Amino acid sequence: MLKKSNAFRSPQKGFNYLCARISRSNRIDSIRKMEVTKKQELATLEQAQELGLLPEEFDQIKEILGRTPNFTEMSIFSVMWSEHCSYKNSIKWLKTLPKDGPHMLVEAGEENAGLVDIGGGLACCFKIESHNHPSALEPYQGAATGVGGINRDIFTMGARPIAQLNSLRFGDPSLPKTKWLVKGVVKGIGDYGNSFGVPIVGGEVFFDESYNTNPLVNAFSAGIMDASKMMSATASGPGNPVYIVGSSTGKDGIHGAAFASKDITEDSVNDLPSVQVGDPFQEKLLLEATLELAETDAVVGMQDMGAAGITCSTSEMSAAGGVGMIIDLDKVPTRQENMKDWEILLSESQERMLVVVEKGAEAVVEAIFEKWDLNCEEIGVVTDTGILEFWMHGEICATLPAEPLVLGGGAPVYEREYSEPAYYSEFKKFDISTVEQPSDLKEVAEFMLSHPNIASKKWVSEQYDSMVGTANMSTNAPSDAGLVNIKGTNKALAMTVDCNSRYVHADPEKGTSIAVAESARNIVCSGGIPSAITNCLNFGNPYNPESYWHFVGAIKGMSAACIKFSTPVTGGNVSFYNQSVTDEGEEPVLPTPTIGMLGVVENKDQTMSMNFKCKGDLIFLIGKAVEDIGSSEYLYSYHGVKGSSAPYFDLEEEFAMQEAVKGLIQNKLINAAHDCADGGLFVTLFEMGLQENLGFDVITDSEIREDAYLFGEAQGRVLVTLDENTEEEFIDYMIECGTPFTLLGHVTRGKMVVDEKHFGFVEEVRSGYDNKIAELMN
Amino acid sequence: MKFGVVTFPGSNCDQDMIYVLETMLGQEVVNLWHKDTDLQGTDFIVLPGGFSYGDYLRSGAIAKYSPIMEKVIEHANSGGFVLGVCNGFQILCESGLLPGALLHNNNQKFICKNVFLKPESKTANLTKGLNHDKAYKIPIAHGEGRYFADKNTLETLASNDQILFRYCDENNLVNEDSNPNGSVENIAGICNEAKNVFGMMPHPERAADPELSNTDGKALFESVLGLVGA
Repeated sequence: MLKKSNAFRSPQKGFNYLCARISRSNRIDSIRKMEVTKKQELATLEQAQELGLLPEEFDQIKEILGRTPNFTEMSIFSVMWSEHCSYKNSIKWLKTLPKDGPHMLVEAGEENAGLVDIGGGLACCFKIESHNHPSALEPYQGAATGVGGINRDIFTMGARPIAQLNSLRFGDPSLPKTKWLVKGVVKGIGDYGNSFGVPIVGGEVFFDESYNTNPLVNAFSAGIMDASKMMSATASGPGNPVYIVGSSTGKDGIHGAAFASKDITEDSVNDLPSVQVGDPFQEKLLLEATLELAETDAVVGMQDMGAAGITCSTSEMSAAGGVGMIIDLDKVPTRQENMKDWEILLSESQERMLVVVEKGAEAVVEAIFEKWDLNCEEIGVVTDTGILEFWMHGEICATLPAEPLVLGGGAPVYEREYSEPAYYSEFKKFDISTVEQPSDLKEVAEFMLSHPNIASKKWVSEQYDSMVGTANMSTNAPSDAGLVNIKGTNKALAMTVDCNSRYVHADPEKGTSIAVAESARNIVCSGGIPSAITNCLNFGNPYNPESYWHFVGAIKGMSAACIKFSTPVTGGNVSFYNQSVTDEGEEPVLPTPTIGMLGVVENKDQTMSMNFKCKGDLIFLIGKAVEDIGSSEYLYSYHGVKGSSAPYFDLEEEFAMQEAVKGLIQNKLINAAHDCADGGLFVTLFEMGLQENLGFDVITDSEIREDAYLFGEAQGRVLVTLDENTEEEFIDYMIECGTPFTLLGHVTRGKMVVDEKHFGFVEEVRSGYDNKIAELMN
Repeated sequence: MKFGVVTFPGSNCDQDMIYVLETMLGQEVVNLWHKDTDLQGTDFIVLPGGFSYGDYLRSGAIAKYSPIMEKVIEHANSGGFVLGVCNGFQILCESGLLPGALLHNNNQKFICKNVFLKPESKTANLTKGLNHDKAYKIPIAHGEGRYFADKNTLETLASNDQILFRYCDENNLVNEDSNPNGSVENIAGICNEAKNVFGMMPHPERAADPELSNTDGKALFESVLGLVGA
């Protein structure tokens, strides 16, 4: 029988912090002996399985507690041990990623987001997260709350978010369902982010039928802060009060974390209450109040409430500090009456934070939240027991140790089997000679420019506020990565999100190395130095050995490239179970390890834009020309060849090529740089001309098939332009650095000419390119 | 001139406005809070862009009841200068300081992009110093920016020289293609009859920093300050 003080028995007095003094050993003893009251029935194995726990996990819980959990406790374990919170099927491999770097202030997993030193006392924290499963069911709220969640991860550390990006993947754009998803997701991201007031400075949108059921919504945010003012997600100091701040707690998103760890099926619509509802205005208030709080000494620790709400934040903060907490759920402001204890504990209502306050500084905190008209309720106290104790209506409804609940503590860690799928070796056998070169390449060019994966994404991007904050340097000077001005300094940040999931499917290891390399290429082409990455790993069912093989390969490829580019992994998230389950079985989405990279531009004079500047400027290819069309959009969509090898890629060559481009920018030898990516060289040239309606006159390489030269997606290539007066100096530099380079031709007033053949005027062709997505969506 | 920039809880362009006024134009700026009831001796009040109180009802509909707005309305009615940009323009219309209303864009979507503006009024402080033959490149970012007013109001606005800007193309031509949101007669901004209250949907403060490669918006502030020849 639990030793109760009088205060514990008296609902009128509520709850008394005396219990904080009870020793740890007594507490553990008390968990074992806790009597389950009539209202709190013992959990059954069936319930456990219904909430996504495995039978062996249920046994493990009983062992930890020394008794059978009640329903509330089991619910807590089920969300904390869900894939979403525990990373139980991925953590073993995630730990192999490179985490160290010269500029890392906080390494992956230590706080809500990684923190990178950008010099001058400033630090940048940035992270990418998925909100795939909610978006599949309710695209508007799913995407909106994804934006809210990722931004909270940033400002809960005390950083002001300054830029966002997103990486979106949808199914066949001609399907009505896809249109519904695209419209909902884009509006959700826009409405939330526009109100919240952080610009979206870049992103990607990609269509492939594998995402028909299960779209991917990956949201990235970056913030800057005074490096010395970081707020930690750690609770400490027994006796310190624990506050919940922000929105009231409602019944939305209950079991959302467990839901995100399930397959999307026909019945998923029944999970609709698992989708959270967002309120960007509350988030904006919470942001301002939090940043005011960061300026004070009143805060011991702070964590946002994302997945698994109060449960996750109390257990993670307690486990991180080796402490416990006593929480009175009666004090949590709720949106609905008569909410049950487990509903309050598991609610994923948005725009809430858990704050551990320095005892004595309560008034400071309360005044700030009063100013911003936000809830700020003291709901509990830190203890030295390591035990979480939740009270409601004057009695304990759950008591359990914090450590076994969390990732890195006692949460399960699994090693999963993996096996190479049969298609892999088949794809590798792809031979370009089996594909006939089309006779009319102009027609191919037009096909490519109006393909949804190549065409302009402005129908999407114009629904986002890209200029609020007056720091987006890429609005008027387009660049491969989004460039964000750090006012009052000589620096800027460069950010990009990249992944070509077809490459990853063809070869997970190589494809993921390419995603890192492409991110770095975008940063370098914008004048930045790659600094660190965050990742969002979207895969199928981890219990499917072939899906897990994708995951393992991706980790290996990412590690190799991150080591080469000196870009440690600062954090991110893993989203498994991205697939549709049909009568025929599971169909995973293309494996999609999205890379979000941060780069630093040390000197704003050295930013670089991607657009042609002047008729007559010379166009050079930097990097090797290779006869390759593997996994290109051209091969996939024009020829309908769905299985082929990943494109040509050599990590060492890529790195050397990027070093060469860095030098060209630093020595002011070029006036534009654009990486050669999806759609190949022709698309790259066209995109460079768009801003000013300028064209190009180029000659291809007679040693290489013309279609491969124009539309192949071999990696390691960048196009640059320069004034002919700098040609000599440029050539001297390039010869010295030893990277292959080729003069392609020159910029024209608007005509596109390839090997003396007229490919139309930019101004004429652009309408198909500009309007394709709008046509598809209307 | 002492500027006062009002921060409503959901304002998100207040700091951008302050940055431009202080750093790009060297002006003294006081940041006013929506709960304040004192304009602290400021001469020129700016209501910045954003989502004042969330704007879930109708943009600017709640802001007009805020404590600071009582003082702003008094200030305006006694001849003091007020500029509302984007959400600020919506608030001025909701408050009755400017005629007309701002409806949902005709494509029912939020739109953020650079547009071109043709200055029209030769008597209003905000535009009189501008080059009326130039198309000014200034971004918009709004979901409810379609200016609407009845025929009589439009006639009055025109006859009193109260139309500040119309949306145009880069060659300064006002036509349907250059109208981004369906505003009546391509109207992007207006002022009141006394020409001390100005409202516009485009964001001049987003086009005033050379580091962002576009400073067309700076000229509007210079016009207000009389720094360019009238």
